[in-house]
Parts: sequence; C-alpha cells; structure tokens
Amino acid sequence: MAKIYSENSIKKVDNLNPKEETVSFLLNYSKALSVITCNELKFETLLN
Amino acid sequence: MQHEIITDATLVSNYIKGDEGALETLIIRHKQKIYSFIYSKVYDRDVAEDIFQDTFIKVIRTLKRGAYNEEGKFLPWVMRISHNLVIDFFRKNNRMPKFDNTGEFSIFSVLSDSSLNAEKAIIKEQVENDVRRLVDELPEDQKEVLMMRIYKDMSFKEISERTGVSINTALGRMRYALINLRKIIDKHNIVLTN
Repeated sequence: MAKIYSENSIKKVDNLNPKEETVSFLLNYSKALSVITCNELKFETLLN
Repeated sequence: MQHEIITDATLVSNYIKGDEGALETLIIRHKQKIYSFIYSKVYDRDVAEDIFQDTFIKVIRTLKRGAYNEEGKFLPWVMRISHNLVIDFFRKNNRMPKFDNTGEFSIFSVLSDSSLNAEKAIIKEQVENDVRRLVDELPEDQKEVLMMRIYKDMSFKEISERTGVSINTALGRMRYALINLRKIIDKHNIVLTN
C-alpha cells in the first residue's frame, strides 16, 4: 500500500477557531442590543 | 485565572444582569469547541463562521429576553442551537456535505461519466458506418443471417424458421459471414476500434 503524504484537512478540526472579527462583532452586537419589556411584550432595539 | 473558576451558570446569570464581560468569557471559553463542531459538519471555513455567528446571535437574544432556563447546561444548549442551524443550512442548500478528495477514498473511483465525448461519438459513428458497408459486401444469404442475428437479435431457431433453412445451415452462414468480414478487414487493414 502506497503511503500518502498529503495532509488530511478533515482530521485537523480540533484546533480551529473563529476569526477575531466574528467574536468582536458578537460582543459589539451584545452591547448594542437591548430588550425593552412593555406590557408583557418584548421589543428588541439595536443602538450603535 | 479568575474567569476559569467561575462556572458557566454564574457567567450566564451575570450576563443576564448586565455584565457584558461575562459573555466574552463564555465565548472565549467555548468558541473552539463550537466552531470545530460546526466545521466538522460543513467543511467550509466561511460557512462555519456564519453559522457560529448566527448561533451566538441567537444565544445573545435568548439571554437578553430572559428566555433561557437551562442553568448549568450552557454548552450543550449552544451546541444544540448550532446543530439546528447546520441542519437549516443543509436544508436551505438542499445538498449533502461535499467530498473534498483529501482522504484515501476518492469519490472519482466510484463516479464516472459513461457518455461519450464528441470525438468518441464521431469515431463510433464512423466505425458503425464502415461495418455496415462491409456487411453490404457479403453474399445475400450470409448477409441476411448476420443482420437477423446481430441487428435484430433473433435466435438461430427463429432465423431458420424465417429463412426456411435448417439451424445448421443458418449457423454455417453466420460462420462464413464472420470469416468473410475478417478477411476483408485484414486485406484492407481497416481499423475498427474506438
């Protein structure tokens, strides 16, 4: 059986991380989002 | 170090009370596990990034609305959200995960295009025309048997009934027809391969 030296990308899934921009977007989104409760109704507002 | 000691449940509760830093800790703590999980399903960095983002947008909205009630099970809950979003993605795209051919198994070993390309189709037509012209050169009785056997797919019994000769005669005519065709092909060096 021939040896295969090419890298298998499927096996390398353990050390993957999302981009920094994605994480910082989520943190900013969280800071901007506020939920206002009014007469048992919930309204979402995004403030930038 | 301090963040590592605080449990997910405490961080979630702090976040709901307004501590934005708690969310950052939660994301940093679990981002690798969640992102790897999504990537292992979609095998595409950009799609995984999108689903990761959508997952946490759902998490943030649910927590801020006060709709979260699974204390102590933060990670399984987030994993469930991402799993559902992965299913949504495949449903929307109406396809299964693609093969990127990096492993030992090659998808092309089981898939092949059996239809002929334009060049091979032309060659096939030419070969068939040549064979037809050669058959036309045969004596009438041999030609008749060969046409019935090869083109009409009749049995020698049917051929003998149709032509009014015995089966042995029909077999003999077929044999001579093939011998004569081979002779003509050899004599003129005709190439009849695709």
